[in-house]
Order: sequence, then structure tokens, then C-alpha cells
Amino acid sequence: MPSQPLLQFTGKSIYCSVADAHIDPWIPVDKAIITHAHSDHARWGSKHYLAHKDSEPILRLRLGQDISLQTVEYGEKFVINGVTFSLYPAGHIIGSAQIRVEHKGEVWVASGDYKLEDDHFAVPYEPVKCNVFITESTFGLPIYKWQPQHEVMSEIDTWFAQNKAEGKASVLMGYSLGKMQRILKNIQLPDEPIYAHGAIYTLNDRLRQAGFDLPELTLVTKETDRKLFRGALVLAPPSVDSSTWIKKFNPYSLGYCSGWMALRGAKNRRAVDQGFVLSDHVDWPDLNRAVKETGAEKVFVTHGYTSIFSRWLNENGIEAGEVHTMYGNEDENEEEEVVQDAAVASESYEQHKAKLDDEIENTSKEKSPTGDLGVEGGREL
Amino acid sequence: MKQFAELFMNLDRTNKTNAKVELLKQYFLTASDEDKIWALTLFTGRRPSFKVNRTMVKEWAAQEANIPMWLFQESYHSVGDLGETISLLLPKNQTFDSDKTLTDWFHYLGMLPGMTDEEKRDHIIQAWMQLSQHETFVFNKLLMGSFRIGVSQTLVVRALAEATEIDSNVIAHRVMGQWDPADTTFEKLILDKGENDNASRPYPFFLAYAIEGTVADLGQPEDWFAEWKWDGIRSQIIYRNNELFIWTRGEELSTEKFPELHFLADVLPNGTVLDGEIVTYQDDRPMPFNVLQTRIGRKNLSKKVLEEAPVAFLAYDILEANGVDVRSHSQQQRRAELEALHAQMPAQRIFNLSPLIDFKEWEELANLHSLSREQNAEGFMIKRKASTYQVGRKKGDWWKWKIDPLSVDAVLIYAQKGSGRRAELFTDYTFAVWGEDGKLVPFAKAYSGLTDQEIGQVDYFIKRNVLEKFGPVRTVKPELVFEIGFEGINESTRHKSGIAVRFPRILRWRKDKKAEEADTLENLKGILEMYK
Repeated sequence: MPSQPLLQFTGKSIYCSVADAHIDPWIPVDKAIITHAHSDHARWGSKHYLAHKDSEPILRLRLGQDISLQTVEYGEKFVINGVTFSLYPAGHIIGSAQIRVEHKGEVWVASGDYKLEDDHFAVPYEPVKCNVFITESTFGLPIYKWQPQHEVMSEIDTWFAQNKAEGKASVLMGYSLGKMQRILKNIQLPDEPIYAHGAIYTLNDRLRQAGFDLPELTLVTKETDRKLFRGALVLAPPSVDSSTWIKKFNPYSLGYCSGWMALRGAKNRRAVDQGFVLSDHVDWPDLNRAVKETGAEKVFVTHGYTSIFSRWLNENGIEAGEVHTMYGNEDENEEEEVVQDAAVASESYEQHKAKLDDEIENTSKEKSPTGDLGVEGGREL
Repeated sequence: MKQFAELFMNLDRTNKTNAKVELLKQYFLTASDEDKIWALTLFTGRRPSFKVNRTMVKEWAAQEANIPMWLFQESYHSVGDLGETISLLLPKNQTFDSDKTLTDWFHYLGMLPGMTDEEKRDHIIQAWMQLSQHETFVFNKLLMGSFRIGVSQTLVVRALAEATEIDSNVIAHRVMGQWDPADTTFEKLILDKGENDNASRPYPFFLAYAIEGTVADLGQPEDWFAEWKWDGIRSQIIYRNNELFIWTRGEELSTEKFPELHFLADVLPNGTVLDGEIVTYQDDRPMPFNVLQTRIGRKNLSKKVLEEAPVAFLAYDILEANGVDVRSHSQQQRRAELEALHAQMPAQRIFNLSPLIDFKEWEELANLHSLSREQNAEGFMIKRKASTYQVGRKKGDWWKWKIDPLSVDAVLIYAQKGSGRRAELFTDYTFAVWGEDGKLVPFAKAYSGLTDQEIGQVDYFIKRNVLEKFGPVRTVKPELVFEIGFEGINESTRHKSGIAVRFPRILRWRKDKKAEEADTLENLKGILEMYK
């Protein structure tokens, strides 16, 4: 009788039956090991969470201040019922981790989301040798080949400088968690204040409080004098382009940072003035490189171009299978986030901030009010 | 080429008309005359064919990119544009410093037709290796692409008019007709130095907007003409310097396709330009459009086709009489001139007048409107008697009043990703109605009619409800119901359903209906019987 595989795809998580632990479960469970704090991987309601220590501020912000959360360092080993777990950097966003699972000499790695390029904020990706590798395939097509980060960043610098010269605001959209910190760490920061939407402001504030080196941002509120936006940099989540919130920056140029900007169709559909091809996922060459470097004899391909990438691996002598998960949103919407009426969010900020400060001081047991602000969710229609 | 590639990318990026005109204008002000004429060639849909086989180009690109063909195809399906796919797949060039101009590249491509496949391959790969990603994309468009970047001829004309400070109506006329970038220059064509003897050149068509509100809003009925709106091919017939030219609205010189009309060369006075509709015509009335369709695409018009689908020209306007441009005359005056000309003509059934409809009150006209389908017409054209013949689509003097489309409720069963702006989104749908055996029978494909938001929602549904994959086509769980409108319906042996509908489009999403409540094939056949 064949023994059960070390990790199983149960339809509600990546599950280790020996340890009775779930990796990135999408329903509430007892023991949840979280690769990273994006909302399609870190879901609400589990009894106990385990994640890298750098994920803590965001997880508490998003899942509740009072969740039961154990944190570990990269490389630190912990054993559950004879199964050894350890986390290794995935380079995707702050605190993101690949989960290494070892039992009776067999090693599996669930990599969550990852990228190989050092973004100067998240700890860079480290290849981990394993027998079985579970990989994403968000950009698993050979059309996706990223430019080096410094080139994209200097495109952003140029765009911003030009807008500034023309007296326009530069409204730069991108995913609040990950993309925005990466941008702040790599562009030439202006001397003037950088403005931010509530979703981004809150995250940035939390990360700064947790001791991360990020510049201070200025929250855009209803009261902010519109004249101040002239020539300023404004950071916004991707959903604002169809909101009324954005009108206050007129005249402005709209930029969008996303891997999807590599395609004209996606860029034109977004109707942005400037698309910056910047992704926190591996592109095609790096995806192939990462798989090779693990030395895995079997690969499971999750969210993205699963069937295509697994066929490609099989044809190239690496046994691969596709797995359907609820990570990502198939091959679209890498980074859609639900930001409820942005204007309302800004208004309620003061109220929220007061609560936030209270919480931090008193570590109150009250449920965090994260529902109002800065919460990213999978797009539910 | 760098300049043109930049223009192309910038045009592609904006959807603001004024910004596009400004970009084009700047290009026309700064590019060399040589490049300008080539750019104009592209923007007016005159790209020469370089006789390359797209399948081979795909294979060469896949080889260069070092990927199997299936992976190339998957990539293509995601991108939706062949030229762009290739530009993304090719290995990135370290050195691309080609300073060849747009004109140089056209000359380079001009060498292709005489080459063997092997030579073509080397020639094209050689070019790819010299170009940046954006340039490769534009080069591929020159090589084999359709040039759809939301730049209409009207925009190009506007930009040219602004750049040259020549009246836009004059420019519109000059860029029409038959010209070849290889043997004309920007100066000759646009600045009109020595090129005004172009006998075949048609006038820009005057186009109508759909009527807003009701006809009664147009004012006094006696100020207006009404004609049937024929469902044929809008055409201009030109007879100048003893030569006959037939142009269709798509600016295609189609003289050879309509031998029935060639007798006009013997009877029309020199310097005549007529505007009207070519229709298939039998027993003194037009036949349905699908009869005309049977001969449009054909290279050889067999005797059988000419017998089964004979055409006639229904004239409704005269633009040039005895060599004089009469577009500034009033509609009423031109109609009189047209009628006078027609009166002298033989074979009046083949060169016929589109009759004016006799009406005193709008109400009368409205009653007649409901008889359109019986006339094989699509409704009415309503033209102000005092109006001149204008250029392009203008509001105010010409209106089309179309009949409401026929419609059925149908179920979405197949979907395919779109291209261009809609790449990566499922936007091309196939709809089905219920057959007698209780199975869904596909009957129409439709692309348009939904808002961007609805497209997003349908796309979301499709991605989560795929049942099967056949290449780029996905079979979707039959659940969503849409009201599908169409202009005409005919029997068809080519379609499984036995019917073919004309201009199918989505009228609205019937979220209130379940798949079981969609219409049946029997309903469709009922509509067919009514309009046979």
C-alpha cells in the first residue's frame, strides 16, 4: 500500500497529515502555516498561525490583533509530530517564506509566491534543495521577461520628474503590500512629502512602527490642500483609478506598476498613462531557474499558467503536475484589492488611527478594526 | 524607425482623440517626407502585402525563441496579437542600434516577395536581431499586421490638415482612392503638386448618424427627404477620362466585381460621380444581403453566380456632374440633377434610382417604417433637402432611422480570449438556443454590446466555469443568458442550426433569466419564416 504523500492538496489547503498542519489554508483550521501576508494566502479564522516574524505586523493588522501567532526566523527548525518544518526567504514581500517540510528523509518545499530579484526590502530568495517543489506560475509564459529592477525604477524617476516639471501630480498605483515598499526603497525619494492613500499609509505606518526602514508618508485626507498635490508623488492601490478619490489630484499622470503591464492589451485596458512592468513574482526565465536550482524530481504547479508550465516541465524531463488552488485569481488580477470607497476610507482614518494607537499601547483584546481600512481581499463578485 | 515606433506606442497608449491628433500632427511636422508617405500608407490601410506566410513566421519566431510550437500558440492566445507575441518571445537583443528609417524598412521588406522561404527566413530574422522590443513589434506590424490602433482616417486627416494648414475636406479627398507610396510623394499627394489628375479618386463618403429621439424632433416634414436604407454595399461610381471606377465604402476599388455595371462606361457622361448602394436585385426589388454575400468574396464570378445573384445600383446622390464637383449644391438640387441624368439612361433597372418616399406627416413615415423588412430595407435614410454633401460622419443633415433588431435570448456556451485591448479577457462569445432534442445549438458569435464592467464579470464567471478546452476556445457551463439582437436572418447549410443571423450583437445581459428560459431553435425558425 503506497503511503500518503507528505503534503496533500485537499482543496482547502496544502495539508501535512502527519503533522496535522495546513499551509495557507483558505478555510479556518487549527494549525495554519502562512507563507506570506497577502490576503489570498493568509486567510482569516484559523486557531493558530505560524509565520515568519516579519509577517507579524501585517498579519495582526489584517487578521486581528489578538490572533494566536507564533513567529520564527528563517532557517529556524520546529518539529510537529516528527515532521520538521523550517522557513526560507521567498523574496516576494516582507516576511514571505518558502515552507520546507521534512519527514523521514523526504523534503518538500511549498514556495508560496516568490521572485528571485533582490528588491532591497524583503530578504532575497534562497534556493532550497528538495525532492518535491510546489511552485506558483502567475507569469508562467515565455512572454514574461522582466527588465532589471533598476531600469524600471529609473523609468519611474523619469516619469515623476517630467510630471513635476509640468506641474502634474504623479499618481502611482500598485499593490499596497509589497509593491509600494519596493518602490519606496528603490526610487529617488523627493524632498517634498510623498502622499499616500489610506490603504498604503496604514501599512507603511505599521511597518515603520515595527522598526522597518521606510520613509514617512503623508496621508491624503479630505482636508489636504489640493495645491499641495501639484508636482507631488501620490501612492495609491490599483482600485482607485475608477474612483472619485483620484479626481482631487487633477492635473495628474496615472502610472501603474504590475507585471501585467508587459502586455499592451492589459495596459490599454487599464487606461493608464504609464505602465511600469514591475512584478513581485518570478518571470519565465527565473521560474525555470528556480525549479532547476531546487533539484526537485517532482514539481507541483499551482496558481497561474498551471497546465502550460507543467506541460513544459514534463517535456523537459521534470515530472510535474498541476494543482488547483484558490491562490491568485487564475491568470488575471495579480493584484486586485478591495478598497472600499477610498474617500470614506480617508475620512474614517482619524477615527481608525486613534483606535490603532490605543491598541498598540494597551494591546487590547478588542477586535481590530481592520475591516475599514487597508484590507486587501481576493476580488469577490 | 525609432520615431515611428515611438509614435505608434504613444498612439496606442492614449484613448483621447485630441492627444492622438496632436501626436500625429507632431509626427507630420517633424518626420521626413519619405517617412510621412509610408506612415500615411499604414494609417489609411494601404499596407502593401509582402507575401509572407504567417504560419512560417510563427515557426521561425518559435525557433528563435527556442520554444515548442504549442507554447508559442499558448503565448499568442494570451497576448492576442501576433506581432506583439513575437516581439515578447524573441531573445532580448543586447545591441539594437539600427538607424534605418521607416522608409528603409519598407524597402527592406520590399525585397521579400522575390525570395525563397529560406531567404525570407534569414531576411526577417536579420531584422529582428537589429530591433528593440517595441521596434520589433512595429516591424512585425509592417510585415503582416493589421494596423488597428484606434486611429481612424478622420483623425489622420485632421492631423494632416492641422500640420499642413490645408482644409480637412481637401485633405480627406486627397488621401482617398488609388495611390501607391512607391510612385508618389508626400508633396504630390498631400500638397497636391502635379497629382490632381488622379482620375480614379473618389470623394469621401457622407455618413449618417443614427437618429436621436423621434423623427418628429427633426422639425417640418417638408424640409426632409426620406429613402429606404438599403442593405447592400455603399458605393461610388466614377466615370472620368473614359474610364469607369467602382469604389466601395471600405475604400476598395471593386470595379471588376460588378460586371453588370460596366455598361455605364458607355452611357455616363465624362466627369460623373454617383453615390448609391449596390444590391442584389431581382423582380424589381432588392434581395436579402446574404445573396450579395455569396459573390462578394469570390475571385471568379461564375455564370451561375451572376445568374443567381445579379446586382443593380440604386443611386441616391450625384457628387460630380460634367466634371464639376457639385457637393456644395443642395440635396434637393442634386436629386434633380441625378433624376435628369437617370432619365437619359438605358437599363434603368440595373442603374436605378433609390426612390424617394412620399409622405406628408411624420406619422405616415412611421407607419411605413414598420414595412422596412418586407422591402429588404433596414429602415430609412432621412436627408435634409437643403443640405450639402459633407465629408465623413456628421450630425444634423443626414440621419439613419433603423428598424429595431430582431432578438432572442440565448445561452453563452463557448468563449475565447479577445485581442488588443481585450487580450487576456474572455470577450468573444458563442451563443446557443435550445434544439428540439433538448440540447443547446450554437447559432451566433458576438463580441460587442457589454460594458467593460460586465465584460469583467462575464470573464470572472468564465474563468471559474470552464468545462473543456479546445485550443483557445473554452466550453463554458451553460448558465448565463443574453439577449442577442441581429439585423437579418437567413437559412444556412453551413451552420449546424440551419440558420445564419446578420450582425449579431449582445443587447443586454438577462441576469433575470435561467438557461432553461432561453429561446429555442423553433423560435428562431419562426422569425425566419416571418421574414423569408
